[in-house]
Amino acid sequence: MTFQLNAEHEALRAMVREFADREIVPNAAQWDRDHHFPVDVVHKMGDLGLLGAAFDEEYGGGGGDFLSVCIAIEEIGRADQSMGITLEAAVGLGINPIANFGTSEQKARWLPDLFAGRTLAAFGLTEPGGGSDAAGATRTRAVLDGDEWVINGSKSFITNSGTEITSVITVTAITGDEEISAIIVPAGTPGLIVEPAYEKLGWHASDTHGLVFDDCRVPAENLLGERGRGFHQFLATLDDGRIAVGALSVGLIQACLDLALEYSLEREAFGRPIAANQGLAFQLADLDVALEAARLLTYKAAALKDAGLPIKQAAARAKLYASEAAVSATRVLTQVLGGYGFMEEGPAARFYRDAKILEIGEGTSEILRLVISRGLGLPVV
Amino acid sequence: MKIVVCVKQIPDPASPYQLDPESYFVVRPNDQVLDDTDRYGVEVALQLSDELGEDASVTLLSMSPGGSQQGIRQALAMGADGAILIEDETLRGADALTTSQILAAAATRAEADLLIAGTESTDGYTGVVPQQVAEIMGVPALTFARKVEHVDGKLRIERQTQAGYDVVEGALPAVLSVTSGVVEPRYPTFKGIMQAKSKPVETLTAADLGVTAKVSQKIVSVEEVEGRQAGDIIEDDGEGYLRIIEKLEEVKVV
Ligand SMILES: Cc1cc2nc3c(=O)[nH]c(=O)nc-3n(C[C@H](O)[C@H](O)[C@H](O)COP(=O)(O)OP(=O)(O)OC[C@H]3O[C@@H](n4cnc5c(N)ncnc54)[C@H](O)[C@@H]3O)c2cc1C
Ligand SMILES: Cc1cc2nc3c(=O)[nH]c(=O)nc-3n(C[C@H](O)[C@H](O)[C@H](O)COP(=O)(O)OP(=O)(O)OC[C@H]3O[C@@H](n4cnc5c(N)ncnc54)[C@H](O)[C@@H]3O)c2cc1C
Repeated sequence: MTFQLNAEHEALRAMVREFADREIVPNAAQWDRDHHFPVDVVHKMGDLGLLGAAFDEEYGGGGGDFLSVCIAIEEIGRADQSMGITLEAAVGLGINPIANFGTSEQKARWLPDLFAGRTLAAFGLTEPGGGSDAAGATRTRAVLDGDEWVINGSKSFITNSGTEITSVITVTAITGDEEISAIIVPAGTPGLIVEPAYEKLGWHASDTHGLVFDDCRVPAENLLGERGRGFHQFLATLDDGRIAVGALSVGLIQACLDLALEYSLEREAFGRPIAANQGLAFQLADLDVALEAARLLTYKAAALKDAGLPIKQAAARAKLYASEAAVSATRVLTQVLGGYGFMEEGPAARFYRDAKILEIGEGTSEILRLVISRGLGLPVV
Repeated sequence: MKIVVCVKQIPDPASPYQLDPESYFVVRPNDQVLDDTDRYGVEVALQLSDELGEDASVTLLSMSPGGSQQGIRQALAMGADGAILIEDETLRGADALTTSQILAAAATRAEADLLIAGTESTDGYTGVVPQQVAEIMGVPALTFARKVEHVDGKLRIERQTQAGYDVVEGALPAVLSVTSGVVEPRYPTFKGIMQAKSKPVETLTAADLGVTAKVSQKIVSVEEVEGRQAGDIIEDDGEGYLRIIEKLEEVKVV
């Protein structure tokens, strides 16, 4: 066991880091302030091959591994969490279900543009009634009427669902007794109502909307894969997504450590750099350990997926640990920066606001602890 | 058209340079990165090649005594077709002339129609290699290009000068040196990175090229540059601007 990334992974990291430093870092604060979704960043990430990296070359993907995607998400997330989640959701929630469960017609129709970053896909699981108990809380219904599904219901908090390049939203719906299926709804379908963007605590440059389905009709062949497999499909999608959110968190912890190191060596108090105080230095030492642990858990989960091994536990551990460490990291960074950390003139305040959601989306910390407890064989309800 | 692009591999600028205390040579790790200034040459080559289509190819050329390939892979990932690596311990510490002899011999052997280089490297920055190579090869040198066009089988460039630019034309084969203003280098793509590992890298020694490395240059001493002095602080008492104008006049800025 060497714990070494290969030369291609390192080259990918260098490429994404340079791209992010040049094209995202200088603009992130402005996008955040303006709640502006920079669609050209998606196009560029597509041009670089980040969206299709882990998928079939047949549809224009890169034929690479999932670890590569995680490295890309980490590096984009290090620059800006809004763009990081945009990439994460585009791949993990948008592309993944279609690539994994779609029919060859569905793949041929949607994937090439999604891989190229010309379009974005979203995944609608969460409903106003709840996200943790997604199966139990699903009220959205789809009824087959001739050769069309008629969908009625609503979805909450759906990432990338209302951008100008959103092409398709995969939604889970009840299609029978104890039966949930996933159905592909093209953007612009009559009866699909995209609500105004939410006012969020963080992720201001990321696109999030509620959706309403009002007698929304799509062709019967828009069923994703097999009927009745919706529950299984979204669980698998969430497992992958959790690793990717782990990577997004790792990027944030890295950004916090980098900034905290730089500032604490420059800033002086009592005639010495603040970094010379153990009380401060030890917090950075802990941050370094948390970063390493979060990264290792995340990369290991990704490597298990690439090896075709079970990932449920590993994905839950990675996301749980990395997201909680990321929230702590932003708290430490803000503290190290003192009053400046509370000001919107630097990235620390943005990082602080952006971090909290990491403990919520794609499985709350509580739900992940539940998954892990069950994996230990505990009879927890 | 066979385009050959010089790519120098240098120690990662992110980590501090070290000089060998005896020879004063830069201590070179085995894995060196692509000199940023050579990315412009690679981009010019790729754009010319895209324009010319099927008939063009882009080959990288790098002399790296320790045999580094990391920087070459970076440039291959941008889209070059293959590379020639001159790897030979006898070339360690080669001076500019030896370097130029090697590069010229390799370019001739590769039957290059066009050899592209940077105007000066980031680590050695003698800025003489492209001109020397052209002289040795006996071909025109089109240097300091800030714009490159391929017209009627000739190369037309805008040559950066202090006052502006000259338009210079030359027949092929030729050596072209490009400035960092010439084009915006592309990022490598994910696919490019994956493909780079299977692209051909031909490894040659000085002997293969019929060049004997003789080091005619010796670095006799290296001194630290004087640290920057702290600036003057002018307290503004309402008339501070006058003192600033005075200062600017002193240094002949206004
Ligand atoms: C910005 C943003 C983007 C999002 N993007 C998407 C998207 O693209 N697609 C999508 O489908 N969803 C998306 N979501 C929804 C997200 O996945 C859910 O918010 C999340 O799963 C939690 O669901 P909930 O909000 O309904 O909370 P609830 O499920 O109502 O949970 C509320 C609280 O109760 C706790 N809780 C619930 N059950 C248990 C239990 N058994 N034991 C202990 N505690 C429990 C939870 O941990 C949480 O603390 C997004 C959310 C946000 C905020
Ligand atoms: C203080 C000092 C230390 C030195 N240490 C070393 C040392 O450790 N090792 C050493 O080899 N030389 C060393 N040299 C010699 C110096 O680097 C040589 O002049 C060098 O071989 C020529 O390169 P340059 O960078 O000066 O070329 P320039 O003329 O500045 O380079 C112009 C362009 O030529 C091309 N080019 C130059 N070199 C290469 C190459 N090797 N492969 C491909 N393309 C190339 C590039 O496109 C470059 O942009 C040292 C010189 C000095 C003054």
